[in-house]
Amino acid sequence: MSVTADDVRRIARLARLAEPEDRVEALVGELNGILNWIEQLNEVDVDGVQAMTTPVAFPLPMRKDEITDGGIRDQVLANAPRSDEGFFVVPKSVE
Amino acid sequence: MSDLLKLSLDEVSTKLKAREVSATELAQEAFAACRAAQPKLNAFTAFDEARSMAMARAADDRIAKGEGGLLEGVPLAIKDLFAVEGIDTSASSNILKGFKPTYESTVTSKLWSEGAVFVAKTSMDEFAMGSSNETANTGPVVNPWRAKDSNESLTPGGSSGGSATAVAADLCFGATGTDTGGSIRQPAAFTGTVGVKGTYGRTSRWGVVAFASSLDHPGPFAKTVKDSAILLQAMSGHDPKDSTSLPNAVPDFVAACGGSVKGLKIGVPREYRVDGMPEEIDRAWQQGIDWLKAAGCEIVDISLPHTKYALPAYYIVAPAEASSNLARYDGMRYGNRVEGSDLNDTYEKTRGAGFGHEVQRRIMIGTYVLSAGYYDAYYLRAQKVRTRILQDFHDAFGKVDAILTPSAPSAAFALGAKSDDPIAMYLNDVFTVTANLAGVPAMSVPAGLDKSGLPLGLQVITRALDEETMFKVGAALEDSAGFTHKPEKWW
Repeated sequence: MSVTADDVRRIARLARLAEPEDRVEALVGELNGILNWIEQLNEVDVDGVQAMTTPVAFPLPMRKDEITDGGIRDQVLANAPRSDEGFFVVPKSVE
Repeated sequence: MSDLLKLSLDEVSTKLKAREVSATELAQEAFAACRAAQPKLNAFTAFDEARSMAMARAADDRIAKGEGGLLEGVPLAIKDLFAVEGIDTSASSNILKGFKPTYESTVTSKLWSEGAVFVAKTSMDEFAMGSSNETANTGPVVNPWRAKDSNESLTPGGSSGGSATAVAADLCFGATGTDTGGSIRQPAAFTGTVGVKGTYGRTSRWGVVAFASSLDHPGPFAKTVKDSAILLQAMSGHDPKDSTSLPNAVPDFVAACGGSVKGLKIGVPREYRVDGMPEEIDRAWQQGIDWLKAAGCEIVDISLPHTKYALPAYYIVAPAEASSNLARYDGMRYGNRVEGSDLNDTYEKTRGAGFGHEVQRRIMIGTYVLSAGYYDAYYLRAQKVRTRILQDFHDAFGKVDAILTPSAPSAAFALGAKSDDPIAMYLNDVFTVTANLAGVPAMSVPAGLDKSGLPLGLQVITRALDEETMFKVGAALEDSAGFTHKPEKWW
């Protein structure tokens, strides 16, 4: 499988990355280089093989369903690019 | 610089406990050495002298009272991927420039609770994506090692290049790193230091900026195998905040160092003899085999048949997980924002300006392999190949106790030598990446110098949860190698 310039623009859009038009051709080459290289995985017989989930199997630890954290509004907002009156300030997203 | 900084962590701990040296004095020396080296080595991203000195004074108070932990008063450097409360933590990326965590990573909390003293944050490849430290937003770190009769700047390796450099140049007594495909072991090999990652989940990922969650392993850099065991001991343990953190008790890693290796079966995998590998790497490997044989180990030829598929599988799994993890950098709640004409435009401009080329490339690969219609062909297949690789290790560990391989396919290379070819760069991790995919413990130990006087490393891999055998074999190699070389100071 190989990607075209249009594919690169579509992937960039999906990934929410502004790629300047002059980067697109270079990216087509770079992505195809990597994608062609990983094609060799098709040689491996994976019939009946389970996808790996974890190297060491253990039951997921459970804890009591109780509040252990909170009341740290100012800490949560401390690194916000913009905030006001205890809220994040973000661009308008609903007309 | 006095000779104090040349001591190992274990040696300086003894001096601290005996009050032959104070933590304050030591922190001042380490801090001054880091500052002085920064213009040439470029290993650091943040300092906080007041914090370092306050921690050192507190350590002195505890030592005076006869208290103190495993690392009391010992200055350590911290990779910029670990959240340290109130200190810039940017993963060497512009998108997080100026980010000051309001919390502390579990691993660094554990180090501080054992009395360690913060000395600096270290530079790394952006979001840990790279093998040469050249993708850092603050420019490449320079390896303190240079080839004989040469002034050429070499890479310390990556992604944890700053931490490797800080330890190799005797600027501190140990450092944290993270290893997703080899990011501790390859720089350790390039700088003549010891680098370790434990079993997946042995050390908590909480508070560590996420790259590829199923592959990320925090671990230490150290000057000796015993030092690395002390550091991994302090960093390990179950953490309720990381659901993949192992519930198992942490064995006594330090006690394992120096144990007899007599009778241990050491596997030598034939697939690690790759085309175009320099003869000197092969020779160092053979030397390691001979050392272990002389120490009473039995050498067994083994096969890990899916080795060649490890890197391509990694370059599906890691970018896929990275593209999901890095979706959080949208310029809304933290990080830097570039305002656009509407919400999507703001997202795109923010991420386009904030991430470097390598990170963008990996996000795009990840987005593509996870996109509708491709998931089964790429991600699912890669996770199945990963099961095959794990099975290879299971089969091998049915016959042997540990596996010995080279750590990297070359010694440190010149800065810029591979930056135009992503795949050539990715091949640096050909020997290390298998242990990430399988989640088994692995370490790099300095084995000797090549013809041009640059360090080479050997890798020891053991079965999951058996770090003790890894440390035992690592210490035996260290003993035989008698590696005491240091880079000649030019910085």
